[in-house]
This record gives sequence, C-alpha cells and structure tokens, in this order.
Amino acid sequence: MGINYLYPPFEIIRNQDRCIACRVCERQCANLVHHYDEDKKRMTADESLCVNCHRCVSLCPTRALKIVKTDHTFKENANWKTEVIEDIYRQAQSGGVLLASMGTPKEYPVYWDKMLINASQVTNPSIDPLREPMETRTYLGKKSAKITRDGEGRIITSTTGQLKLDIPIMFSAMSYGSISYNAHKSLAMAASELGTFYNTGEGGLHKDFYQYGKNTIVQVASGRFGVHPEYLNAGAAIEIKMGQGAKPGIGGHLPGSKIGEDISATRMIPLHADAISPAPHHDIYSIEDLRQLVYALKEATRYTKPVIVKVAAVHNISAIASGIARSGADIIAIDGFRGGTGAAPARIRDNVGIPIELALASVDQRLRQEGIRGNVSLVVGGSIRSSSDVIKAIALGADAVYIATSALVALGCHLCRTCHSGKCNWGIATQNPELVKRLNPEVGSQHLVNLLTAWNHEIKEMMGGMGINSIEALKGNRLMLRGIALHETELKILGIAHAGQ
Amino acid sequence: MTHITAGFMEYEALNKAVRSMEDDQITIEQANGQRYIGSALMDKHLFIKGTAGNALGCFLDGGTITVYGNGQDATGDTMNDGKIVIHGSCGDGTGYAMRGGCIYIRDSSGYRSGIHMKAYQEKQPLLIIGDRAGSFLGEYQAGGTIIVLGRNQDGRPPVGYFCGTGMHGGTMYLRCDTLPVSLPKQVSARDAVDSDKQVLSCLLDEYCTIFSFDKQMLLASHFFVLQANSAAPYRMLYTHV
Repeated sequence: MGINYLYPPFEIIRNQDRCIACRVCERQCANLVHHYDEDKKRMTADESLCVNCHRCVSLCPTRALKIVKTDHTFKENANWKTEVIEDIYRQAQSGGVLLASMGTPKEYPVYWDKMLINASQVTNPSIDPLREPMETRTYLGKKSAKITRDGEGRIITSTTGQLKLDIPIMFSAMSYGSISYNAHKSLAMAASELGTFYNTGEGGLHKDFYQYGKNTIVQVASGRFGVHPEYLNAGAAIEIKMGQGAKPGIGGHLPGSKIGEDISATRMIPLHADAISPAPHHDIYSIEDLRQLVYALKEATRYTKPVIVKVAAVHNISAIASGIARSGADIIAIDGFRGGTGAAPARIRDNVGIPIELALASVDQRLRQEGIRGNVSLVVGGSIRSSSDVIKAIALGADAVYIATSALVALGCHLCRTCHSGKCNWGIATQNPELVKRLNPEVGSQHLVNLLTAWNHEIKEMMGGMGINSIEALKGNRLMLRGIALHETELKILGIAHAGQ
Repeated sequence: MTHITAGFMEYEALNKAVRSMEDDQITIEQANGQRYIGSALMDKHLFIKGTAGNALGCFLDGGTITVYGNGQDATGDTMNDGKIVIHGSCGDGTGYAMRGGCIYIRDSSGYRSGIHMKAYQEKQPLLIIGDRAGSFLGEYQAGGTIIVLGRNQDGRPPVGYFCGTGMHGGTMYLRCDTLPVSLPKQVSARDAVDSDKQVLSCLLDEYCTIFSFDKQMLLASHFFVLQANSAAPYRMLYTHV
C-alpha cells in the first residue's frame, strides 16, 4: 500500500455541548462512521467513511450533527479541479473503472430551466381548477389515424391496448435488486392509488407484487431475467429496454454479492450468480429485428398489452425513434442523459448521450414531419424534477413523463450517489434486511402519493393559467413555451420562440 | 389430431387459429416461415411440416413442438418449459435466454445458439445440436447444458469462433478430438471422464431415441467439457467515485 492521497471530502461537525452520546448515529450508519470513545467518554467519527447521506443528521435527537464540505484544497486550478486530480489518484491506485450512481452531477445546461410557460391575460380567460373541471387523464398507445365505421355506421374503436393514466406521470424502471423490496412496494402501492404505473425494471417481478399487476409495467431486457409468460401477462404493458439515459450503450451487471434468496427467486438465477444484461440484445441488430421482438411479446400476450420500447437519448435519436414508431411498438420511452442509475461507469454517465429536452423536441418534430406521430405515444424521463418540468415536457410533445430520482427523493433519498455500495442508510438502494426495514412502505407510498397529488394540482393551476383545461390540449403546444438565454440553434431544435418574441 | 394448412396464411391468423383449437394435438401442414408459432403455449402438441419461421416457440411454457423441416432464427426464445424437436437445422439465436425445457436439433444451428442460457432450481434447460453450431455458441451462458455432437465433423470442433464468450455458469459438451481455437479466457475445458459420460448418456437418451442415432457410438468418442473459469468473470475491478 502506498500513501493514500485522498483526503475525506466531508467533515462531521459534532456539537459536543449538544451530544448526549445516545449512539443513534452509530447504530444508523452502515458505513461505520461514528463510534463511542470509551476513554474520552464521547462520540467520535471517521469522516473518511462518510458519504454525506444525512441519515445521522436527520436522526440525531439533539441536532448535534452536521456534515460540511471540507475546506481542505489543492492549489486552486480551474482546469485541474479537485475531482479531476482525485479521480486520477483513484485509478492510479486501483486500475479500476470509475463507478458512480444516480444522474450526472456535472454542470450541463438544464433546458427545463431555460424555458418559461405562458399565461393568459385579458383576451383568453384563465381557468380556476378549484372551480372548473380540469382533465389530467391521458391514454398511452397507438392512436388510429382515421375513423372507420362498420356497416351500421358505428365507429370501430381501436383494439390495441391503451394505458390509462389519471396523471401524466409514471414511475420509471428500477429493478428489484437495484432498489429494495420496500422501495418497490412503495412504488407499487402509490401507482395503484394514483391511477398510474410503476415499472419492474429488468429484474423480474416479486411474487408478492403480482397483485399490483394492473398498475405495473413489466420490463424485458437483454438478459431476460425473470421473464416468462406469467410475468408478461401480469403487467398492463411490456417495456423492451434497449437503453438507459445514464449509461447509453452499456448493459447492467448486478454483482453476485447482491443476489440474495429473494432476488435469486425473482430473477430466476442461482444464489450469488452474477446477473449480466449486456448492452445489446443479441437478437436485435435492426428495426426489423426489434419488430420481431415487439410482435413476439404481442403474440405471447395475445395482443392485449401495449409494448413500450425504451431507448437512451443519443445523437440521432429522431431517426431511431422514427424506426421504432414503424416497428409496431405502441409507446416510445426516451431517457435523457441526466437520468439516474444504481451503478454506471462515471465517464459514461457524465459524457454519453444528450439532454432529454432536445431529444424530445427533435423526436416529436420528426415524427410529425413523417406523419407517424400517432403511431406511438412518447414518454420521456431523465431528470423530471417538478410539475413545471412535466408541463414543459408535455408542451414540447410528450404524452407523459417517467420519474425515478424524484420518486426516490420522496422516499427519503438524499442523493449521496453511493447506491452502488449497497449500503443505503435510507433502505432504498440496498438488500441488507436491517437497512431495508428502515423504509416503511406505507409511509413511503404516502409520500409518493402526496408528491404527485401536489404536482397534479400545480399542473392544473399552470394549465388553467394558460386557459387550457386538458392535458390533450397542452400536448405539443409549443406556443406555450418561450426560451430564455438560449441561442438560435437551441431555439430551433426546441421549436420555440425566445421570450419577448 | 387437428390439421391446419398454413400455406400463405399470415402468422397472426395462423397462431390465433392454433390457440383457439380445443384439440391439443395439432398438425400444421405447409408451414412457410410463419413466425411465433407456439408462442407462450403450455399445453399443446404441435407438429409442423415445412419451415417454421422466426421465434418458433418463443416463451414456450410446456407442451411440445416438432418440426419436420427447418426452424429459422430465435427458435425457443426465452422458453421456460416444454420441448422443441427440429428434424433439420435452425438459424441464429436458437434458445436465446432459455431457462427450462429442451431443444433437440437433428442437424446444425446458426450463430449465438444457447446465448444467455440460464438455470434456476428445477429449471435446467438442455440444448442438443446434432452436427455443428455457429460462432458465439453459449455466449453469456449462465446455466443449463449445451451439447454439440459434430456428427459430420470427423472429430473437428463442431463450433465456430468465440465459443462460450462471457460464459459464467452451466456446461457445454463438445464431441470432438481437438479444442476449438481461441477459446475465451472465461472458459475452462477438460476431457470428459467416465462420470461425464454417464451424465451425457442420460442427457442423450431421449434425443437419440427421437432421431434414431446410435448413442453408444456417439458416447464412444471423445468429448470436451467446457465450464466457466470462475464464478464471476465479470468482476471487473471497479473503484468508487
């Protein structure tokens, strides 16, 4: 072992006047930061183990703790920043790939924050959602391009499956394995109560959760973990995972150490065997091949379930989406590069893909130009943080959005970005039973319901302000958006005018 | 036994007809590459004359499918249970991610046969190929058994390149005198010994009966046993940010 060049990034400030040495912090920290010093008769800490998840801070009964960023620095350098230097130290010492979790923390433009929403004044009355009906229900799936009638003149209604959403927000894919049983249960319960959907991710569906099937989207990825006819038929829709925004071009790998008994049963693989989902589906090299899998799933479920194809937002996403819209898929889900992950190589997470706002605008535009927008619904994810992000996404052309990081934050996630360690003190991204039980699914689901109920009300208020009384009328309504501090190319891609225009 | 003539029927109509039949013994005549025949079926016995199309028996969950002719790509994709017998050859991706049941191919199979094969408790899939398999046989194999008999290969390796790339579980038996060149480092190979031959004898029983092959003659030849080198070949050294 050489010298460790890495100085702990956080300092644990303990107010010894307030500390009563109750040792809650010690019991709560899976990273083993805190301990009681018998000689000195007081609590002490090894800050080098701290991930800044705030579990101890939140549970300290006397508010004796806070975590601050260390002010220890290298000589300041705008190019060779601390993190750059430290990453080199890490790799020089280990020879390893840098592994990280959650969405990229790097400073890339967030276009949601560079778009402003319209409101009515004088000429077009705004609507008060408390007083007047306001529709946030939406349906996902292929829409017929023309009306056809039978011999009696009655309209023949669409026969392809549609997903009915009471709010235009769904919980996006997080596998059982990447998140805990209680986190999955919270999502499933909340989706049922809210009239929307959660997504199994690629880890199969735990037998306890089949009861939430009508609010479940089941995922099929390259490894096909836990995929069998009963699973495919358990959900309301099937999602083919081609890519993920946080790691386009990269597959999933749940290490054998995380494959305990329950996960093994759900994924249908042996205990402690690695679960490898390679980046490509080795049977899909073309849109025609994708079509083959789409229809294999439709045949297996007797054409009763809509099929979603999920892709990461990458450079030529509009051409890719155009292909998917012709593959027979009913819904395209696009995941932007700020989307989260339970584990991804940091360099890929931080550098590969494009922001969801630009991907969405260009895909919607392209599908309209080609006259195939009605073939599919568009669902977007990859860092939807608030109701105004939802409004902006829908105005740019989305039918609905996927949220995951926001949902985890509602469950107590503090975005410490160490999911890959498996030691989540909040019971979310862990399989350690002692940690998992810290998340109460009843409370968790209530928080999710609260969050989306609040967002839904805000959505109604913003729509009302625009004089719009249904999500359908907001969809693709880019006149309701203006850019702020954006240059011409960005405005052109987003298809919006600049503020003041 | 009910008969359907597939001819130029669209696959959707054909498969719907098959599903709606009450008879559990169905013969499909003149199959012309219709896709997804037998998809997710669990309780029927299909006999197909002609060429079965892509994704034959995908998500199969029981019952049997017998093809008197060739299969195409993705035969038995993600099958969970049941049996597929091919009196001929198959295309690429045969038995993709199969987790249970068995696929018996009299002749050869294309690229990526047995890719992502898994196993779980009583689910122990078996893929037997009579002659030879294309490249990437058993890629990412995580469980189950693949046997390639090389019946017309005169002892040459009956597989293409990159056999067992990414293998991390399960077993492959290759009937040949020399090992395939450039086996990936995740794969360890050894000569089959008597105990392996006993296992093989059981596994080959039904296969040899179906195709009237001389099991003892096959077993008298040399076999290699291929298995994953370590429990976790993908354990790359990561360093946490």
